[in-house]
Amino acid sequence: MSEPDRLSPTNVAVLCGGISLEREVSLRSGGRIADALADRGHHVTRVDVDAALITTLEQGGFDVAVLALHGSAGEDGTIQSLLELLGLPYTGPDVLASSLAWNKPIAQGLYARAGLAVPQSVGLSQQAFREMGATAAVDRIARALGSPLVVKPATGGSSLGLSIVEDPAAIPQAIVGAFSYADTVLIERFVAGTEVAVTVLDGEALPAVEIQPKEGAYDFAARYTAGATEFHAPARLDASTLEACTRTALTAYGAIGARHVSRADMIVDAAGTPWLLEIDTCPGMTGTSLVPLAAEAAQLPFAALCERLVACALRDAQDQS
Amino acid sequence: MRLDTDPYLARYAARVRGMSASEIRALFAVASRPEVVSFAGGMPATSALDMEAVEQVAAQVIRDHGATALQYGGGQGRAELREQLATVMHHEGIPGHADDLVVTVGGQQALELVARCFIDPGDVVLAEGPTYVGGIGALVANQAEVRHVPMDADGMQIDALEEALAVLEREGRQAKYVYTIPNHQNPAGVSMSVERRHRLAALAETHDLMVLEDNPYGLLDFEGRTWPSLRSMIPERVIYVGTMSKTFAPGVRTGWVAAPRPVRDKLVLLREAADLCPSNLTQMIVETWLTTQPWREQIKRFTNVYRERSEVMLAALDRAMPAEVAWTAPQGAFYVWLTVPPGIDTSDLLAKAIASRVAYVPGRGFYGDGTGGDQMRLCFSYPPTERIDEGVDRLGELLHTELELVRAVFGDTTPPLRARSSQRGGSVGG
Repeated sequence: MSEPDRLSPTNVAVLCGGISLEREVSLRSGGRIADALADRGHHVTRVDVDAALITTLEQGGFDVAVLALHGSAGEDGTIQSLLELLGLPYTGPDVLASSLAWNKPIAQGLYARAGLAVPQSVGLSQQAFREMGATAAVDRIARALGSPLVVKPATGGSSLGLSIVEDPAAIPQAIVGAFSYADTVLIERFVAGTEVAVTVLDGEALPAVEIQPKEGAYDFAARYTAGATEFHAPARLDASTLEACTRTALTAYGAIGARHVSRADMIVDAAGTPWLLEIDTCPGMTGTSLVPLAAEAAQLPFAALCERLVACALRDAQDQS
Repeated sequence: MRLDTDPYLARYAARVRGMSASEIRALFAVASRPEVVSFAGGMPATSALDMEAVEQVAAQVIRDHGATALQYGGGQGRAELREQLATVMHHEGIPGHADDLVVTVGGQQALELVARCFIDPGDVVLAEGPTYVGGIGALVANQAEVRHVPMDADGMQIDALEEALAVLEREGRQAKYVYTIPNHQNPAGVSMSVERRHRLAALAETHDLMVLEDNPYGLLDFEGRTWPSLRSMIPERVIYVGTMSKTFAPGVRTGWVAAPRPVRDKLVLLREAADLCPSNLTQMIVETWLTTQPWREQIKRFTNVYRERSEVMLAALDRAMPAEVAWTAPQGAFYVWLTVPPGIDTSDLLAKAIASRVAYVPGRGFYGDGTGGDQMRLCFSYPPTERIDEGVDRLGELLHTELELVRAVFGDTTPPLRARSSQRGGSVGG
């Protein structure tokens, strides 16, 4: 992918921080984007999202908002709704696409309907445990899904609250832990294989990135410690498997109606089937994040990637008006 | 193509390889937001300082001695300041001469210099369990193996220490030193009984042990009481660490270490290699503070604030907490150490707590071995009393709901306690 023409100087608000549990990651993403755009001559303001947000945006005279907000308010459609109301163009998927992708059980249903391989899972709300005695069903779920299995919050990212459980006796603790991050937990069949992330940039797939943590799982530490994970792009898979990964990412992007950028996380099993885990609609842009790595592999420098997103937002806003 | 996120990786020293990002530290980025009542950071109530007096002191230093204050100084720290710091020790009944002391950048630098002075990779240090996060950090950064000695209301359990020493002997090894915070311990909020201090001193003699006595809180007893120091009992075996962070202000980054002369000499050389010398400017501010201001009165003012805040927190805990939750009742300093029933993991719960706009430090951070998942530290020194009430109410409500959830999810099975791999190299203040 070649660098697009330089974007004319733009007044950009980079939205990051906020009170989300992923605040720190968001500040890192936002800081990096802001620096890159400023280096390219744009007028950049970092906006740490708080109660003064609307006033700040109304008075800032911004041309566009770049979203680097991870966690609930940034990815579940909330901030997107507010920006629509203000009429401020923004980067990334719109309200509906964001809210669909944010809710993993709904999103996985959509992906399955679109013919994609999605690991079998069961979603259980706190209510199910409090009022419907769901505990009695946990053994049954464990038998149906096999061992090990994955217990994770039904919403959220950065693998916060996620456990891979080998011993069935440890399932309840993992469920309680996942409930710290969401009101519903997903108990999911564990797929063994190669972890792959495919970025779709403005409807076009970037090279698939293979993720290989040097020790243990691709957890928080492995995600955000530089050097703790080895990445290969394109992933070291045969051509037809790579093609299947790309197709999966593009189909999922279409299934939720995404735009500008999204990242599909999948695991490719021994038979070469890519199992789609989720789509991230406001993917990390830190120094160890997957989307910038994919762009790098496509010869698209980070600053050009950021400009591309800004250009997408401005273009779509113009199309609408 | 292999993509490198850290092209320097192969060049790093072994001691930094284990240092990694931590989700707990990431969560503290949210805890610092004003909406959140934070019981997390161990921050002194600097607003209780007489700011006009501080302003006068700082102005006086620049006006009368500007050229010296802005110049380099000696590696051991200013003799004038060391004289004053010895006076602070005497005020607490702890022996010391200016010449025994090395001025450090807060107590933390002293902990790090002592670790660097004594620890080879793999050396064992015995420490209270739980203990100060930054103390563990200094040890882990120098590749020490930290073994914990359990505590109770009277501080470190000396029987358990004897056991740990026996285990080491059987392994043919010796602890490099015992790390203890005897007064109003961070995070447990308890003090070592006088009887145990004597037993520890006697054990040090019979087992040929060194002791690192870390004393940030000795002058913050709510009733103004002081405890006999280990340094007064076995001066040749004790390296003593003091700080002005809690009796004056952490912003001046002034601590000190008092050590036997040969050790003191090594510490001076190590510190000169690390940062040449402490800041003359802040040393002179502290020195002038101690010579011209009623600093003993200021300490009383601090302890009055902390006593009031601790009373409010303890009353709020009584009111708000489920019956299954237990906590320590501090007699001084900053901390309440709280234990939750099995099934609740305080590391996991932190996310929910922050969503409920209250923060604490999960217990695991205070152990080097991954235990402490059923404990948390609450620091009452910083938030004003109405915020303490608000925060404890939120936490109490959260724990009530969480207990119900745990009962619902676990059904009839008894939840086990879960250990996790340690979090390394982290520090969360205080």
